[in-house]
Order: sequence, then structure tokens, then C-alpha cells
Amino acid sequence: MSVPNGPRIITSRFDLADGHTYAGYVRTNGYQSLRKALGTMTPQQVHDEVKAAEIQGRGGAGFPAGVKWGFLAADVHPRYLVINGDESEPGTYKDRMLMELDPHQLIEGILLACYALNAAQAFLYVRGEMAVAQERLAQALNEAYANNIVGKNICGSNFSVDITLTAGAGAYIVGEETALIESIEGERGMPRLKPPFFPAVKGLYMQPTIVNNVETLANLPYIIGKGGGDFKALGAPTSTGMRMFAVSGHVNKPGVFEVPNGVTTFRMLFEAPEYCGGVRNGGDVKAFIPGGASAMWFFPEHLDLALDKPTVDKAGSMLGSGAIIVMDQSTDMVAACWRIVRFFARESCGKCTPCREGTTWLERVLKRMLDGHGRPEDIDLLFEVSESISPGLAWPPRQTTICPLGPSAVSPITSAVRRFRHEFEHYIEHGRPIDGVESPFVVPTASHR
Amino acid sequence: MSRLSDERLKIADEVIGRFPRKKSALIPLLHLAQEQDGYVTQDAMVHIAEILDLAPAEVYGTASFYEMFKFHPIGKYCINICTNISCQLVGAWSLLHHAEERLGIKAGSTTGDGLFTIEDVECIAACTEAPAVQVNYRYRYRVTPESFDALIAELEDGKLTGEFPPHGTLATIRQETTEAWSNRGTLEQEQVDAR
Repeated sequence: MSVPNGPRIITSRFDLADGHTYAGYVRTNGYQSLRKALGTMTPQQVHDEVKAAEIQGRGGAGFPAGVKWGFLAADVHPRYLVINGDESEPGTYKDRMLMELDPHQLIEGILLACYALNAAQAFLYVRGEMAVAQERLAQALNEAYANNIVGKNICGSNFSVDITLTAGAGAYIVGEETALIESIEGERGMPRLKPPFFPAVKGLYMQPTIVNNVETLANLPYIIGKGGGDFKALGAPTSTGMRMFAVSGHVNKPGVFEVPNGVTTFRMLFEAPEYCGGVRNGGDVKAFIPGGASAMWFFPEHLDLALDKPTVDKAGSMLGSGAIIVMDQSTDMVAACWRIVRFFARESCGKCTPCREGTTWLERVLKRMLDGHGRPEDIDLLFEVSESISPGLAWPPRQTTICPLGPSAVSPITSAVRRFRHEFEHYIEHGRPIDGVESPFVVPTASHR
Repeated sequence: MSRLSDERLKIADEVIGRFPRKKSALIPLLHLAQEQDGYVTQDAMVHIAEILDLAPAEVYGTASFYEMFKFHPIGKYCINICTNISCQLVGAWSLLHHAEERLGIKAGSTTGDGLFTIEDVECIAACTEAPAVQVNYRYRYRVTPESFDALIAELEDGKLTGEFPPHGTLATIRQETTEAWSNRGTLEQEQVDAR
């Protein structure tokens, strides 16, 4: 199988022993794009290059970053850039690598964004559980300040920016941009209602704020160095550039790959020897999740779809945060569904009733099926509760909640029950999985005490 | 010790100075308290409230939202075993069960000698390296029952104190505020009040 090739853009320093240090970064052309921008470009020109690149946000929603920047309320200061390094969507593993292995690349991206946005302060929010990423970023920021790369009059110019590094303390919901802002303000991480609290208008401290994902910003040094058109040409016109995907689950070689965006297919990722090298034990795919736990599941008929935003959207799911999870024929779909729902039930912030109550109910109903106490009416009950969180059970989901966390808990249920209803019915009738699939639990109650 | 030590107060002052508003330093200060005592004490929360001009209830209100803050002593080594979907698919529950048997405690508990706590946690962003485990928020990848036992033995023997600082210590390198700090972005208090 031939797979499309492309350069390693944001993972280019991952194999260097000193790629995370200032010396290693500068030796490999680091901070050249910053010097180019400060020396030869206006902020508007930097913004225009990012627009020309048509880079879609890498955090989950896939909104074009250049367009998002355009929403920033004009002439209101101070204004802020917030960097979302709270990577926690199940299956997602790329922002942590970017922060640990190439922190200066992220810092350069932050500075380019601040220059384009005319922002004088950035807040870099790293997930609390990532001790090494926090360490590497602290070290990198200290080095950058010491070398006149961050702070007053950067590289001798009139441009000054401070970057404040701060860490979360364990809450998935803080990955939602308004909850992240609440957390930086020292509050419980509960999302704000939009409108009126669109960050670009009323964000951090009620000032105009842009929230960008780590991977999105890590691409900026390349985009400014080589030009937005060059970046765009690397991928498909509808999904530009290179992109990182983490493939986990039942493949021979799980891994994180930077691939040409929009042209590589799921089958290539799963089967090509340079990527995952096939499903384990020579088996077949039963289902896979294309974009993190919040996404609708895909099945073997979707394998030849390209990793292209409009293609995947049209097929009824999303590429989300680039998290692909593969399940082979031995997978217990009731257990898989339950585990994802438990995640959302645990992580619901409790602000909206349909999510707080609904996700908990869904988890309990699935749990009693797994424990052999399922009731004949339980499948209908799952749909009824799901409807109250996400009316119509459609994609993209409608929601009765402030943020998309609640509807995210519905995705695994509609995906798994519609496709594998017989597995749920079998659990209800017999208290165990169908023949040929393996329960992941050692003892029936391993997951619930 | 419970209130922040003088040395940590200095760090707290620097942290506060990097935000336009004091309350933004709340989570970082709670981390400082947890680093000092291994968990967040009542006295530390009262102290943080004094430092940030907040009511103690506001401090606890925020702190209690976040999974990582502990309000009672836990093990010197907090072992987080991920059981989320990517890890579940490749044996995380067997690993958790094994860990519980090996240490004689259930997830969410601490061993009698105060050395180990086990937790059944959500995704820790190491999905391609499943089953993934963290010891005090530092990783071990593709953990098997055998490698888990070896890890426990080494921790018991004190051989890994360099790799895994005690619970509460996150980054061992801190951001510093130097003369290069620009301070241009600081928000005037009137602007905040006028919102």
C-alpha cells in the first residue's frame, strides 16, 4: 500500500536529544520565523498568512484559526491569548508530546500569534497531570526570557509580550474554552453561556480573548517561515497542512503519526507497515472511533474515508482531536460503551441538569447490564435519557446543555446500541457478553465498588 | 507545617505577580500547599484565603472541583492506573486488579504504611503506550503485572526517589519572573470593576 508522504513539520525535533532546549531549537532554525515576522512583516501580514494557510484548529472543533482571530473585538485592550494545553479527550496524545519534546516551537507560535493579535499577555494553561510538560515549558520560558525572546522589547523590537505558565489540577471540562477561562480566573471550571460570553468579545477577565490549541500554534513557525500557501499545499484543499493523529487500541503498532492532512485514509493508518502495521493477531476492525471519545463511532465500511474534515463530518462523525481508537472483533461493545460513558459521567461539571443527571443515569444503566442485572426496558431507557440531553440523537448533536460534554456521552450509546443492539440484548438476557468477545473485567464488579 | 512557609510565600508572590488579578493565582497556590504537605490542609487554605483576599470557603469551593487536590494525607507515591477506553482495550482492568492484589488495597485507598495510593483514573494522554500508569504524575508505559511488581519493589527500596519526587511535587523547575518581564498586559483594576 502506498501512503502519501510529507515532511515532518511540528514533530521534526522529536528525535533530537536536545530538541527541547534553547540551544537545540536555535541550532535547528528555531526563532527564525519570529525574527522574520518582527523584522519584515506587519501584524496584519502575519494574520493573512495564517488565513491563507487555512489551518483548522487542532483542539477538536476544527474551526479555521485565521477566521477565529478575525472575531477578536477591535481596539479593545488589554486582550489576551490563552493556550489550551489541557489535553484530556480519551484517545488524544499529541499536545503533551509537543510540550515535552519541542516547547520552544510552541513558544514561538505563541509569540507569532500575540504579534498578529496585538496581544501583550498570553496564558499557557497546561494540564495538571503533566508534570514533565510543565517542567519543560518552565525551563523553555526561562531560557526564552533570558535570551530576549519573550518579555520586554523582543529581539530588540518594540514588541513586548509576557507568557504566564499555569497548570490545571485535574478536570476534563477545563478543555472547553470558557471553562478554561474560568479556571484561569481561579474558579471552578464550569463553562459559560455563549452568547454572551464569546471569548473573542468577553473572555478572560471579560476582555477580548483568543483560545488556541497547542498543536494549532505549534504550526505557526512553519506557516510564517514558509508561507501559508506552502503549508496549505501539504494537505488537501479542505483539510490543509500536516496533522498529528494518535492511533491506539487493537493495532500492532499503536503510535502518533504526523501525516498529510485530508488525503491519508483510516485504512492506510491502520494497515501500512510504516504506520500501525495491521490489526493485532491478524484480525479485523469491528469499530473505530475517528476523533476522540466524544465522536460517533465508525465501522469497517468507513475504512477508506480520508482523514478530511468535510468527508468525516458528512459521514456522521468528526476528526475531533486526532484521536483514533481501534477495536477488533473480540471487543465487548457494551463494556466499551460503558467505559466512555463513565468518563463523561465522572467529568460532568454539574452545571446543567440534563448532563449532570443524564450522564450518571446512563452510566448506571450500562453498569447494571454489565453486572448481570439489566432489565428488558433498559435499551429504551438509554435512548430516552439520551434524548433529554441531545434531542433527536442527530449528528452534529443538538444539546439541552451549555457545552458539548453532555451530548458527547450520547455518541457512544447511539453508535454502539444502533450497530450492536444484539450485544446489549444478550447482556440483558444472559448477564454476559455474546460468544466470541472478551469481557475486559477480571471479576464482574472490578469496575464498581 | 501547614501554612505556607516563608520560602513558598516568596514563590507565591512571584506567581501572583504574573496575573492581572490575584484570584488567578489560586490554583497555583493550592499546588504549592500540596507540594509542601503532600495534601492541601485546612490551615493552608485559610492562609491562601488571607494572601488572595478571599473567603476560605471560596478557596475550598475552587479546590474541591479539581481531582488532583487531596484534603487528607495519601501515599507518598500516588499510582494512577488509567482504565479509560484505549487502556481498557489492552488489559487495564487486569492490571488494576493485579495492583490491588499486590498492594492489598482497593483503588481509592492507601496502604497502611502510607507508601502507596492506587487510583483508577481517566485518560492520561499516553493512549498509544497503553496500559499507562503514572506515579506522582510521571509516566510508566505499557505496564504489565510483572513490570508493575518490579516498579513497586524499586519504589519500596527507595531506588526511584530521583525519578518520582514525593506526592504533591509536580514540576521541579518553576517559571521565574526576571527583569525581562514586560508587564504590559496587566489589567487596570478599574477596567475589571467596570465590566
